Amino acid sequence: MAQLITLKDTRRELRSYGGRTAVAILVVLGALFLIFLRYFNLQVTGYETYRTQSERNRVQLQALPPKRGLIYDRHGALLAANRPSHILSLVREQVPDLDGTLTALGELVFVDEDDLEAFRRRLDQRRPYEPVPLRFRLTEEERARLAVNRHRLPGVVVDAQLMRHYPQGELFTHAIGYVGRINEREAARLDASDYRGTFHIGKTGIERRYEETLHGEVGYQNVESNAHGRVLRVLDRFDPEPGEDLGLHLDSTLQRVATTALGDQRGAVVAMDPETGGVLALVSTPVFDGNLFVNGISSREYSALRDSPDVPLFNRAVQGQYPPGSTVKPLMALAGLEAGLVTPETMVPDPGWYRLPGDTRRYRDWILRIRGTGHAPEVDLQMALAESCDVYFYDLARRLTVDRMADYLAPFGLGSHTGIDTTNERPGVLPSSDWKRRTLGQPWYPGETLSVGIGQGYMLATPVQLAAATAAVANRGVFRVPQLVRRIGGRAVPPAPARVIEAAPETWDAIHEGMRAVVHGERGTAKLIARGLPYTMAGKTGTAQVIGIAQGEVYDEDEIAERHRNHGLFVAFAPLEAPTIAVAVIVENGGGSTAASPIARAVIDAWLLRGEALAGG
Amino acid sequence: MVDYVRQLPEHDAGLRRGSRTAVRLRLDLPLLLLLLALTAYGLVVLYSAADGDLGAVIRQGRYFVVGYLVLLAAAYFPLVRYQRWSPWGYLGGVLLLVGVMFFGVGAKGAQRWLDLGGFRFQPSEIMKLLVPMTVAWYLADRVLPPRLPDLLACFGLILLPALLILQQPDLGTALLIAASGLFVVFMAGMGWRYIIGALILALASAWPMWAFVLKDYQRQRILTLLNPESDKLGAGWNIIQSKTAIGSGGWSGKGWLDGTQSHLDFLPESHTDFIIAVLGEEFGLRGVVLLLALYLLILLRGFWIGLNAQSTYGRILAGSLTLTFFVYIFVNMGMVSGLLPVVGVPLPLVSAGGTSVVTLLAGFGLLMAVASEQRVIGQ
Repeated sequence: MAQLITLKDTRRELRSYGGRTAVAILVVLGALFLIFLRYFNLQVTGYETYRTQSERNRVQLQALPPKRGLIYDRHGALLAANRPSHILSLVREQVPDLDGTLTALGELVFVDEDDLEAFRRRLDQRRPYEPVPLRFRLTEEERARLAVNRHRLPGVVVDAQLMRHYPQGELFTHAIGYVGRINEREAARLDASDYRGTFHIGKTGIERRYEETLHGEVGYQNVESNAHGRVLRVLDRFDPEPGEDLGLHLDSTLQRVATTALGDQRGAVVAMDPETGGVLALVSTPVFDGNLFVNGISSREYSALRDSPDVPLFNRAVQGQYPPGSTVKPLMALAGLEAGLVTPETMVPDPGWYRLPGDTRRYRDWILRIRGTGHAPEVDLQMALAESCDVYFYDLARRLTVDRMADYLAPFGLGSHTGIDTTNERPGVLPSSDWKRRTLGQPWYPGETLSVGIGQGYMLATPVQLAAATAAVANRGVFRVPQLVRRIGGRAVPPAPARVIEAAPETWDAIHEGMRAVVHGERGTAKLIARGLPYTMAGKTGTAQVIGIAQGEVYDEDEIAERHRNHGLFVAFAPLEAPTIAVAVIVENGGGSTAASPIARAVIDAWLLRGEALAGG
Repeated sequence: MVDYVRQLPEHDAGLRRGSRTAVRLRLDLPLLLLLLALTAYGLVVLYSAADGDLGAVIRQGRYFVVGYLVLLAAAYFPLVRYQRWSPWGYLGGVLLLVGVMFFGVGAKGAQRWLDLGGFRFQPSEIMKLLVPMTVAWYLADRVLPPRLPDLLACFGLILLPALLILQQPDLGTALLIAASGLFVVFMAGMGWRYIIGALILALASAWPMWAFVLKDYQRQRILTLLNPESDKLGAGWNIIQSKTAIGSGGWSGKGWLDGTQSHLDFLPESHTDFIIAVLGEEFGLRGVVLLLALYLLILLRGFWIGLNAQSTYGRILAGSLTLTFFVYIFVNMGMVSGLLPVVGVPLPLVSAGGTSVVTLLAGFGLLMAVASEQRVIGQ
């Protein structure tokens, strides 16, 4: 049948075409109505939702990190500044190909493994659309290269942020600490909103202790930005509250003098104003540059610092616990006088050694090795202090007993944190029979009392403790907690309430007189620094035996010998009549106190003579 | 060739003096006016989509000038010549497509262009017209409705260029070209049983298509359509942002040049494929309805031309061209509003771009040639 219809039937064709057109028009109308419904659905029904979403797209809440407070020395010299640094960040949401972008960036700027690792860590903790820093402190050249290639690096942002800078470099690192990038543990501890936009936090020292004060309060702004995260305009803004500036008691000159005087020796110097407890200098050598840590120290540089046998990262001034040696003798003298066991006139026989009753062992005086005899047939308190007579204090210690000794010495801050406003302070050790039972589980032996009586044995003290104790002696018993910060913002920080160590005026006179004789006496152990001294200084030398190094450690002969030498110590205050400075100096393996006393003199000279020059001029 | 020629009065009743020129130029005045209105509307939106860059508007205006010149030429050309030359054009087009396969240049992993000494030419574009023309040429002399062997021959004519384009790969254009050919067959009266059978076949082949033919990125687009939230920052970004743009426009829009989504660069491809989102955001549903109305009037005029065509060739070609134009509209507006997967189809005569404007206006020129066929024959 199909075969038969071979002719074109135009009429049928037209009819069919009309039908098809009708169908087509119906389909078109239906489809366009569907489209209309879709747009109606989006624009009328869904209007609120999409309008909100579009607003959210457009408006972003941005954190405005506060400006970190500055740190000044007592004369207004800037110790910790902020300076603009360019940061390269990525907004993950706008980076189409992260690995490709990182590779491309690696060709434009220097990015090492540490940077990448830290970046990936931060990437895990980011909020949506938050720029995640990859590199800090871009050089000008790197910034130029990035600017040229910006178009092919979507999601890559370069912006400037204020970053910590220590203009004095290594001079103040131990005194004020440093900031570093916030690590995971700190991030978990911190209030995240307070630290939005802030990458750094105080790690040690004042920077850490006063973190809250220095940090300030974060601000916010609502900004309109495009899809590339570029800010087009600021809609509203809540300014950040800048961190407060700190003014320190520290004196740059003293700090420099002390650092220079220590030179390449390992040691520490702490100088205090006895009147206020203000710390005038806090030095620990070797030094290192805190700026290294601000932007993330490279692992190579860090291992060099960490593994150095000189342990530069160790803040000897507050962390270093040394046997105080004979520097403890003025305090022992106070104990003896106050306990009524001796008077300034009491004479003690000195054959150059001491023997406990009922014991055959001889406890030797240091002078025996030099002269083969004692300091004198009989020694009084002044001489005992001036010449640092061990026998006198062996006898006193025995009669005093270790526990009463501890009772008398504790108020001077030994054996406990002084409370200085920095971090990592160690308490030292003020031994007692109770302490020994508690920590070592052993009874106290009478022989050990003698060692402690001359600042050896179990006794350990930090330089800051010695300085504070010396200041208390200078003050005739008014103990002040050492304080670094003098002013916060515009307000003066009141000194911590003084602790008064009760003792008879004659007692203080006797101790001061003895310490004066250490420097000014004919046979004073520090008489070499008295030459040309235009003021009266009171001091006490000390020598600490090094028990330190374990046998079998590999050092060359000289090195071992050097590290087995005694530590030299010296504490002093001046002027004797009205003390304005108290100093504690320790020189590790300095051999003896002669390594330490000239340093103390240099510091006190710098303090007192400049003061006179100022008064005169 | 025996054509039935309908006898119509020498002068249409509604011809006014201004339309005499149009008649002399063999133009369809209502269609031309509608196209010009759409062009103007499109340029207004483009100015905003291009972020107030007058240069972009001028560039697009130049394409339109070229496009309307092509339209003028295409409309003036007698339809019989098109019919006669259709198969040769088709042959040439297929050869060019083969040429693209071997000597083509491309971008973004697709090889679509021929480089003719600095001038880039996309053969698949002209196939958008040549395929329906050729299918119409084939069917014009046959008994209609077409019988099975003729249908199969037509499918062959459609499939060859479609497959060549599919392998470039350019799924969107291949589908559009296939559709334009199939529309000819449909308008020629292809039996409903064949249509239903073909639809069932198409559904049945959906899985093998998914598994073997579609590329990963195409599959991704379909998956993204089904759940754009699954990939907020990747493939889903475009759809989420365009829906947000359209939806936040509301009834009356944010105002011309005030669309935040587009001006803050959240909207991708805002002046090309996604330009309807700019329109929706700035002019609201009102603006969308105005656009739909313009499109609908153009489509109805197209169907009217088909119904009044003098020859089988012109008739089925006019129907196909009109339906193809509709497919552009539907696919683009559906895709941008998240109704259809993202396929690279521009919003006809609104999206920026030279090739599509020229091809579309050439198609409308062809449509006008159909409309003026009677008068040509009358001469």
